[in-house]
Amino acid sequence: MAMLEVKDIHTYYDNIHALKGVSLEVNEGEIVTLIGANGAGKTTTLRTISGLIRPTAGQVKLNGEDLADYETHELVYKGISMVPEGRGVFAQLTVEENLEMGAYSRNDNRVRDDIENIYTLFPRLQERRRQVAGTLSGGEQQMLATGRAMMARPKLLLLDEPSMGLAPILVEGIFDTIQNINKEGTTVLLVEQNALMALSIADRGYVLQTGEIVLSDTAKKLSNNKMVQKAYLGVD
Amino acid sequence: MGRFFGRRINFGDLVVQLLQVVVLVIVVVALYNTITTGRYTSRHWVSLIFAGLAQGSIYALIALGYTMVYGILRMINFAHGEVYMAGAFSTVFLAQHFASNGFLNAQPVLAITVLILFAALVSMAVAFLLERIAYRPLRNAPRLIPLITAIGASFTLQYTFRGFYGTQFRSYPEVTALRGTVSLFGYSIPIVQLVVLAAAVVLMFVLYWYVERTKAGKAMRAVSEDKAVARLMGIDIDKVIVTTFLIGGALAGAAGVFNGLYRPQGVYYFMGFFPGVKAFTAAVLGGIGNIPGAMVGGLVLGMLESLGPNAILEGLGIPGANQLKDVIAFTFLVLILIFRPQGIFGERLREKKV
Ligand SMILES: Nc1ncnc2c1ncn2[C@@H]1O[C@H](COP(=O)(O)OP(=O)(O)OP(=O)(O)O)[C@@H](O)[C@H]1O
Ligand SMILES: [Mg+2]
Repeated sequence: MAMLEVKDIHTYYDNIHALKGVSLEVNEGEIVTLIGANGAGKTTTLRTISGLIRPTAGQVKLNGEDLADYETHELVYKGISMVPEGRGVFAQLTVEENLEMGAYSRNDNRVRDDIENIYTLFPRLQERRRQVAGTLSGGEQQMLATGRAMMARPKLLLLDEPSMGLAPILVEGIFDTIQNINKEGTTVLLVEQNALMALSIADRGYVLQTGEIVLSDTAKKLSNNKMVQKAYLGVD
Repeated sequence: MGRFFGRRINFGDLVVQLLQVVVLVIVVVALYNTITTGRYTSRHWVSLIFAGLAQGSIYALIALGYTMVYGILRMINFAHGEVYMAGAFSTVFLAQHFASNGFLNAQPVLAITVLILFAALVSMAVAFLLERIAYRPLRNAPRLIPLITAIGASFTLQYTFRGFYGTQFRSYPEVTALRGTVSLFGYSIPIVQLVVLAAAVVLMFVLYWYVERTKAGKAMRAVSEDKAVARLMGIDIDKVIVTTFLIGGALAGAAGVFNGLYRPQGVYYFMGFFPGVKAFTAAVLGGIGNIPGAMVGGLVLGMLESLGPNAILEGLGIPGANQLKDVIAFTFLVLILIFRPQGIFGERLREKKV
């Protein structure tokens, strides 16, 4: 049984039919990527999984359990953590307070240690720990958003375009981090427009087009697929 | 619109700036007149300042309720004056009971603490019901709707409490221990004013510590910034919203008792209206949504009301100045909204920030 199962979900914004029967699976330990053009429905898929929007039909299951009855905040306690599109750092909270909010669901006494671990991973954040997050650069905010999501010690991490707006060197850093998080046991569902990078670290991938999954395969096969190359990898 | 030395001049801005100058000139002339006539001694001014601080700390406690709810929901809870009234009005009976059985004067600290707790509980209950019944169902409604509901809720509460306790004016009993004055820097200051001021300052420090330092307080600030992301952190935003209303209620209830100690008379079902509007003015003055702003705004407004009649209105030769306190507060509200809608510390009241 897959860790996350999305079964034929339909999601609407008023009368815009944004997801038209999306199904996908993420197995424990995998990095799965969801690629697609602007407006394909990638963000909507993640928002539906995390319960921020409710599907009108279909199911989202975590380890076989239907999530329809859970509120977004309860899903964090079930092990799902999300880095939203556009990072969503709390601009008026300090860097450290943002990290503490990432650990809101936890009551153990290892939170302090984990904050130090995030600082080891992103030394920039340590330098700016008392600074309000709104004053960070885009790249630093992305580090903070990623670190903050990790503070929940999730089993499943949903990432919405972590490379958006970052310089190539930072993109590599973020992708390295994602791989490391995954190696330490966190399952990852990664939404990306940077399909090349995403496929290079993913085990499997799905291609979303105007609210429908049009392709799914191993990352390697997708990178060699003619249609994917043409539409998403910029290869003629 | 026009051009003036190559810079674009907005007609509205020009009017506002002119008005600003006019107001400034009037205030300066008035102060000059007051000072040169030398009618009042420093003793008089100091006593007005302390009276203003005591009254202002009561405004500040109520203002915190407005500002915190605004910070979380971007909504003005116009029924907050009634939250205050509910605590103040209900507790007057307990206070009279404590006075008649001697508890109040035998154990004033304990008795007043009990009164504060009781008032806080009543006000919290009212704030809780308001949120649950009146505002929660409208959380996603257009902004005007909860505003109208708040005004409706305000009347409902006034007439409910009128139904409970009648139309008669009540008074808080006098506490002997609070009678008299103490000498401070050679000026004699009524004890009750100092007690009210000190107690309010303590409550404000506790609140500030809660919001800045505790996990729940940080979650409150997170919810105020971005509800969707706060939910993704595992924060139950409904709980945070209820907590905000409860804290606002507790502070308003406490303010009700402080008011009863400071100005014992005039306890009745409509008593929340003026303090409500004034506390709202204080919250706007400090920058709505800003917690230290509400504290400072309350104190400033209290002092302005206290000093204003003698310092400014009399300087302008306005007769019966001491009866014009309320006019000062409301004039001031209008002036802030024209000249500095974002208040002392705050951002401009924005259409949409959520
Ligand atoms: N809040 C909203 N209200 C109405 N329509 C929306 C809303 N959010 C998204 N949509 C629509 O739903 C569709 C899917 O949007 P979504 O944000 O999921 O796309 P995406 O794949 O994440 O795109 P991008 O790569 O640009 O982030 C789009 O047609 C979009 O216009
Ligand atoms: Mg998107």
